[in-house]
Amino acid sequence: MKRQFLSGPYLVWMLVFTIIPLAIVVYYAFTDSITGAFTLENMGAMGTYFPIFLRSIWLAVVSALICLVLGYPVAWCIAQEKPSAQRFLYMLVMLPMCISFLLRTLAWVSLLEDTGIINRLLGAIGIGPLPLVRNDGAVILGMVYNYLPYMIMPLYTVIMKIDHRLVEAAQDLGCDSGQVFLRVTLPLSVPGIVSGITMVFVPAVSTFYISQKLGGTTSTMIGDVIESQFKTAYNPNLGAALSLVLMVLVLACVAVMNRFTGEDESVATI
Amino acid sequence: MKKKLCRVSALALVLVLALSLAFTGTASAAKEAVTINVYNWGQYISDGTDGYIDVNKAFTEATGIGVNYMTYDSNETMYTKLKTGGATYDVIIPSDYMIARLIREDMLAELNFDNIPNYALVGDAYKNTAFDPENKYSVPYTWGTVGVIYNTKYVDEADTGSWDLLWNEKYKGKILMFDNPRDAFGIAEAYLGYSVNTESSAELNAAADLLLKQKPVVQDYVMDQIFDKMEHEEAWIAPYYAGDYLLMADENEALGFYFPKEGFNFFIDSMCIPKNSEHQAEAEAYINFLCSPEISGENLEYLGYSTPIEGARDYMDPETAESEIAYPPESVLEKGTSFLALSTEATQEMDSLWLKVKTTGGSKAILIGVIGLAVVIVVAVILLLLRKSKKAKRKNLYTK
Repeated sequence: MKRQFLSGPYLVWMLVFTIIPLAIVVYYAFTDSITGAFTLENMGAMGTYFPIFLRSIWLAVVSALICLVLGYPVAWCIAQEKPSAQRFLYMLVMLPMCISFLLRTLAWVSLLEDTGIINRLLGAIGIGPLPLVRNDGAVILGMVYNYLPYMIMPLYTVIMKIDHRLVEAAQDLGCDSGQVFLRVTLPLSVPGIVSGITMVFVPAVSTFYISQKLGGTTSTMIGDVIESQFKTAYNPNLGAALSLVLMVLVLACVAVMNRFTGEDESVATI
Repeated sequence: MKKKLCRVSALALVLVLALSLAFTGTASAAKEAVTINVYNWGQYISDGTDGYIDVNKAFTEATGIGVNYMTYDSNETMYTKLKTGGATYDVIIPSDYMIARLIREDMLAELNFDNIPNYALVGDAYKNTAFDPENKYSVPYTWGTVGVIYNTKYVDEADTGSWDLLWNEKYKGKILMFDNPRDAFGIAEAYLGYSVNTESSAELNAAADLLLKQKPVVQDYVMDQIFDKMEHEEAWIAPYYAGDYLLMADENEALGFYFPKEGFNFFIDSMCIPKNSEHQAEAEAYINFLCSPEISGENLEYLGYSTPIEGARDYMDPETAESEIAYPPESVLEKGTSFLALSTEATQEMDSLWLKVKTTGGSKAILIGVIGLAVVIVVAVILLLLRKSKKAKRKNLYTK
């Protein structure tokens, strides 16, 4: 009883800053902007935005997978180092996060644009300006760059904790290094993989700034639409409906991903 | 003896001066407690760059009232911020049609013109306007026009003169467009020969179709990023406010400007006080300060926008004061039309059409997305099934 009491402050926090706002979102999503009466009109408009939902999810999935491919070897390498080196390397991974992600994204724009640094260097050796920015590829690049640390963190934590005796046992029983990885290390790091994918996928699917700066006129993501409803169009009802649908879709995706960890392995996901 | 007296009186004078300075110092420090929140367009006040006047600092020095200065990038952003509340502003500077909307929704305070004696200096052409016919809520800050800015290095002079340059395939990917519905629709409507204040659903839809047709050649929809993009030649063609062209031309001499022959938007941006302002008298002092010919002249000399204050042009560089872009001749000006406030329904229709323009397209990317997602889902299902069968096998092994 006493111990439960300790979680009180957090419960109050949850109620005030999560549950109540969520209720407000639901209220707005199902009411009319002018009269405040109950309506399904906002939900009915979802069909129009279905392609944008799909594209946002797709871009987020691709970013998460690229992050995994890039991040796994890094996490594995860090976990093999001496503890002091591990701390240093881990800090290096976190270092870019000390700078505002808005600035880092803007820096990519000035690197990639037609008159940017890369194209000017290419121009100097006679290669015409390449279309490096204002396409979906640039958006994925921006998301991978920004969210890669979120992938490496959980992977590193899980790989570091793998009992080395299991690896030795597998070697004793005649596994070569490839088999050790496939049969021991990889299955044991699945919780880290799932957690990493979730931590990249969730912010990536609702991103808006990156797609505005690095994307072209047709790379609008669902986050951009939601932002415009609150920032310029002043239609918070449609914005709330879009947010609600996005939230349900994200929860569904996370639920599916969590099935991969199985029942016996516990995992911390957000 | 005389010398001594001289010295004593000089000393006394110095003492008096020092004391009075100290007193005014404390007096202004006491007043400094009042800080007004000013909410204005980005890049829309002389802030001390390039040796020009720092208007807000000059105001604080003259009156002791602090200025907390914030900016927005379009009338619509400002409107949403006011509407959603959370912040109170004391002075805002929206454009004509937005002022009419704010008046209609009862969001502006009536001004006390006793505190704004400089209002007498506002030119008659900028009084009794359609958006504030009785001059109760607003005091003009600037006026100006919208035209096309282009880079003379890359754009053929023969292609200029009309709005159609913004639809020209030859400059695909180098054309910028307004990122707010009113200005964007205004251009499409002027190009189609409609009134820029049309509320007809058919005409709004036709304008939206035209904007959709333009989308493939547009590099990006922007507001203040236009400065950077045009100055660094990342883009070559953009419709924008004439005053900002003058600012950009200072940075890049290759930039040119013309008034499209089909007609264009003529606007007045005016200073208003929102109803929930807590420092109306101080806000009125700020408005009055910006209307003094000297400040208006020096401020707009830097901005490039046109001054509505009589006598302000005397404080400008003659070159700016006589610029045909800032102060076009009557023959050009008569082609300009002001935006009026549209009805709520028409505004909503324009907003949703604009959202459609911004979000349509990229069908190829969507197709890739659908196929890609399908592949991911299939792979996930196979993996899950494999795991299940493996587990089942293992269970069988144990039970045996």
